[in-house]
Amino acid sequence: MFEHTLRAGALALVMTASAAGVVALGSVPASAAAPAAAGPTVKIDNFVFGPAALTVTPGTTVTWINQDDIPHTIVAGDKSFKSKVLDTDERFSFTFTRPGEYDYFCSLHPHMTGKVIVKAA
Amino acid sequence: MDDHHNAGEDRRGFLKCMAWAGTGALWTVSGGLASSISLDQAAARPMVAKSFSFVQLSDSHVGFAKPANPDAAATYREAVAKVIAMPVKPDFIIHTGDITQLSRDQEFDDADQIVKAAGLAVFHVPGEHDMLDEGAGKAYLDRYGKGSKGAGWYSFDHHGVHFVALVNVVNLKPGGMGSLGPEQLAWLEKDLAGRSSSTPIVVFAHMPLWTVYADWGWGTDDAAQALTHLKRFGSVTVLNGHIHQITRKVEGNVAFHTARSTAFPQPVGGQGPSPGPLKVPTEQLHSMLGITTASFVRGTEPIALIDATLAA
Repeated sequence: MFEHTLRAGALALVMTASAAGVVALGSVPASAAAPAAAGPTVKIDNFVFGPAALTVTPGTTVTWINQDDIPHTIVAGDKSFKSKVLDTDERFSFTFTRPGEYDYFCSLHPHMTGKVIVKAA
Repeated sequence: MDDHHNAGEDRRGFLKCMAWAGTGALWTVSGGLASSISLDQAAARPMVAKSFSFVQLSDSHVGFAKPANPDAAATYREAVAKVIAMPVKPDFIIHTGDITQLSRDQEFDDADQIVKAAGLAVFHVPGEHDMLDEGAGKAYLDRYGKGSKGAGWYSFDHHGVHFVALVNVVNLKPGGMGSLGPEQLAWLEKDLAGRSSSTPIVVFAHMPLWTVYADWGWGTDDAAQALTHLKRFGSVTVLNGHIHQITRKVEGNVAFHTARSTAFPQPVGGQGPSPGPLKVPTEQLHSMLGITTASFVRGTEPIALIDATLAA
């Protein structure tokens, strides 16, 4: 992780990202039971992730909320994160520490896809 | 049901019928079900003896209690009551998946209790809603998976008809639809190999085995490979659920059919914002839920499928 961040460039960001990374390590995988994070949310509405693509800085906690009457999941294409089944109004949070593009989908309804882009501000 | 049909049987029909009788004997020899009819018995009562019916129930979603249907267990109970009230007792029930809403033990227990009232054997395949436990399908397989392979696929014979239960709701790929996977496809090929092409085949799985509406994932990515193995058979009936409405398609000798749900309707593909539960006025709900009866009559055309709503 550290090496990866270094390649991203700015020294100040290395400090921020690695500090956040340390914090995040303790809470990864963030559980659905955790209180709503202050970070950005992705809403699941009508079998669609909104926004479909979300850009965040390293260390950001993203929370997904299922607003459908049907259960959904959030599963990373590279399996780096995976939620339990979310029934109506249930949430899942994950803290992104490493820059990169994270494609994810709903393993029950695989036509539902989304992406989180993690990059330095 | 088919008495008048027998009376009008012509020579061609009779020959067809004898073909059935012949294959029936073959299965007996090759160790089919004990209840398979022998050639002698079949010749004595050529047409009537091996006719039978079975019922398809689907998408009962026991545990669902949202506005589209506040009590899915109750409507499932009504569906089973319709089966019990049938004038001709079906031989068994096929459930094409989404037994439960969230794969909870209580939901499986409730569903089992409800369907048990019919007093019939029930053959299951899982829907994606039945594989949501921590063990990703363990709860389902512990209950219904005895004697099955992989994620729960199997086959059986009944009065000369070969039934194939497929699982297309696991290991789904991002952006894709239902999936059978190479292991199951290889098993299917082997399972069908060596069977006479005159064997009537019934395939059942949760998600449609043809593409009904790709944008909502209503299809199975590798269904074409399965159909390749089925092509040579003279009569193939494919029964699916998942989309909570009736759709039909005939392609060559293959008749595809999706059943209504017993829990809640879904919109026609692409008509509406999503494939989620469709809330209809309460008084209309029962006319959009239902069951399917499949009747198999020897010597006639493919299996006859009759859909009935819970309103009737």
